Amino acid sequence: MSKPHAIVIGAGFTGVAIAHDLALRGFEVTVVERGPIANGTSGRTHGLLHSGGRYAVKDQESAIECIEENTILRKIVPDVIEPNGGMFVAVEESDLEYREEFIAGCEACHIPIEEITPQEALRLEPHLNPKVITAFLVPDGTFDPLRLALAFAATAKSNGAVFHLFTDVVGMVLDGNGNVLGVKVWDRANDERYEIRGDIVVNATGAWVGQITKMAHGHVPITPTPGVMVAYGHRFVQRAINRLVRPSDGDIVLPQRRMAVVGTTSFSVDDVDYIPIIRDQVQMMLERGTKLIPELGTAKVRGIYMATRPLIGSSGPGRSISRTFKAYDHKDLDNIDGLVTITGGKATTCRAMAEKTVDIVCEKLGISAPCTTKEVPLISYRRFYVD
Amino acid sequence: MSDEKWTVTFIIHRQKGPDSQPHFDEFTIEIHPEEFVLDGVEYIWAYKDRSLVFRHACHHTTCGACGMRVNGVEKLACMTKIADVTQDGGKIKLEPLRNFPIVGDLVVDLGPLYRKMHEVHAPEVIPLCASPWEGEGIKPPQETPKREDGEEYIRLPDCIECGLCVSACPTAASDAEYLGPAVLAAIHIQGIDENPDLLALADSREGVWRCHSAYECSAVCPSNVDPAWRIMDLRKQIIARRLKFKK
Ligand SMILES: Cc1cc2nc3c(=O)[nH]c(=O)nc-3n(C[C@H](O)[C@H](O)[C@H](O)COP(=O)(O)OP(=O)(O)OC[C@H]3O[C@@H](n4cnc5c(N)ncnc54)[C@H](O)[C@@H]3O)c2cc1C
Ligand code: SF4
Repeated sequence: MSKPHAIVIGAGFTGVAIAHDLALRGFEVTVVERGPIANGTSGRTHGLLHSGGRYAVKDQESAIECIEENTILRKIVPDVIEPNGGMFVAVEESDLEYREEFIAGCEACHIPIEEITPQEALRLEPHLNPKVITAFLVPDGTFDPLRLALAFAATAKSNGAVFHLFTDVVGMVLDGNGNVLGVKVWDRANDERYEIRGDIVVNATGAWVGQITKMAHGHVPITPTPGVMVAYGHRFVQRAINRLVRPSDGDIVLPQRRMAVVGTTSFSVDDVDYIPIIRDQVQMMLERGTKLIPELGTAKVRGIYMATRPLIGSSGPGRSISRTFKAYDHKDLDNIDGLVTITGGKATTCRAMAEKTVDIVCEKLGISAPCTTKEVPLISYRRFYVD
Repeated sequence: MSDEKWTVTFIIHRQKGPDSQPHFDEFTIEIHPEEFVLDGVEYIWAYKDRSLVFRHACHHTTCGACGMRVNGVEKLACMTKIADVTQDGGKIKLEPLRNFPIVGDLVVDLGPLYRKMHEVHAPEVIPLCASPWEGEGIKPPQETPKREDGEEYIRLPDCIECGLCVSACPTAASDAEYLGPAVLAAIHIQGIDENPDLLALADSREGVWRCHSAYECSAVCPSNVDPAWRIMDLRKQIIARRLKFKK
């Protein structure tokens, strides 16, 4: 019997992790991505390998996923991660109101934390606000977004997956009953158009999933909610610094190479292809970031960027919607066969999202193949270009 | 900060596939002078011409994907402010990097660089103590902070494999086999005393002796690697070894 053929649309974290999982479970895999790897939301993240601490009070489902996946990613792809931990710090008396809840939440989610004295916090991170009142160590990390995605893609490719980059999906190949048989694509690097047929199409286009489901006359409930990040040209800290408050705007500063990155905000938009930089939000990042690292403003800005979360749910303010991901079989959703959509989640949980999605695909196609991505180390990201 | 936008004409290299005839297209847009060249390119793709292809990922200089020539000079488009390369009513010319195979429009294939970096096993992450401090040249720092458990901090290295140095290098232009600035810098960082395979490569025909000391690589490097100084230092180390072994 020939291998079942899966077409994955999108090569952000979700798409590449799915391609990797599918390839390991014996599928023939074709990935179609309209830009280079990780050009969408995935490239433009903070790069925080979440410990789950950020969600331990308000969104424990996410927090538990984060700590589990954080541990797995450190093991399977250590070469794209700065594994230096993180800190939650209280810098104003009012921050202490959150302390008890935070401790209880982390305990409930099995996130290992350790409270340290302000003196110890300042010894470890001398650029921290000297007004720090208390601090907790957590197992956060930082990752290079492109290289994390490339490592999944490289491993998928070494197991036979084929990547069509700079190639847009512009339509669906449908049968007479509206079921999906494949995709119509436009290779923009060579200006060529063609069709790719497969046994299943997986829509992993993040904030753009709605455009793809529309092509199949289906729908999916998501709210695109962008946020801003600002990168400063000095490595003020060695680990992710989080403010000890309920998740809010501008409450994270993290190191990456020779930089410090501050983020983020959350608001709703309709068009996600180009999101203009909102100057007031950039100013707010500086003001809020300075509360954690007072010297931040002395460094030159190296980059300002916006990225869009694909949050599940169709209305309401961004942050109150669960950060957890959902995979939909459009057979159940709109009676369309041959199409599965995955959206939501975060970079840290992309492997788990892929596992769940590929479980659905296998069940649909009547294939029994266990997921092994928890154990299989990824190969070097550079090998995406080797062979 | 003023909200006033500028009118800027982008003149962009276009080419569909490696074998077709290149030409330039002009796009005039309204853009804030504090925005970056990459924002302009993405805007043009979103609203003016969906067929445009370009490379990008992180938009904040950690990934190295958006290297291109801006008005003839190698730059990361994500950190190049509009105000720094043109004026209101002015032009910005964008071309792909040189010395790499072209894929289309502004996209080149960085594969040759990634493959060479793989061959010299350039470390993907390094201890903090191996990364020089800002403004202190290529020498590793005297002292670095340690983690709470006394271990070294681990960080991603400075080189983001963007290829700007290769594009700017006159030697790479005439010799595709030349190891090139980023790869020689990766050899230097690892040390030739500890790595005999790297010593052999650095001292080979396509190694440090091929460099014409143009220093263009260090001039365009956006990430403090200073490959030219590292190549010069490698030469010194190799000569010192030869003298030692002669004695
Ligand atoms: C501001 C912000 C900060 C974040 N920070 C973090 C963080 O620090 N840590 C963390 O773990 N998570 C973080 N996240 C969450 C995380 O970045 C996202 O959940 C994740 O990147 C989503 O990946 P994705 O692959 O689903 O989407 P994307 O990365 O957006 O991938 C979708 C892909 O589909 C492609 N595509 C779209 N339409 C088509 C088409 N028609 N044809 C072909 N291809 C198409 C796009 O080009 C794109 O590459 C952050 C999110 C935001 C918004
Ligand atoms: S040495 Fe500098 S210019 Fe060359 S690839 Fe590395 S970061 Fe880019």
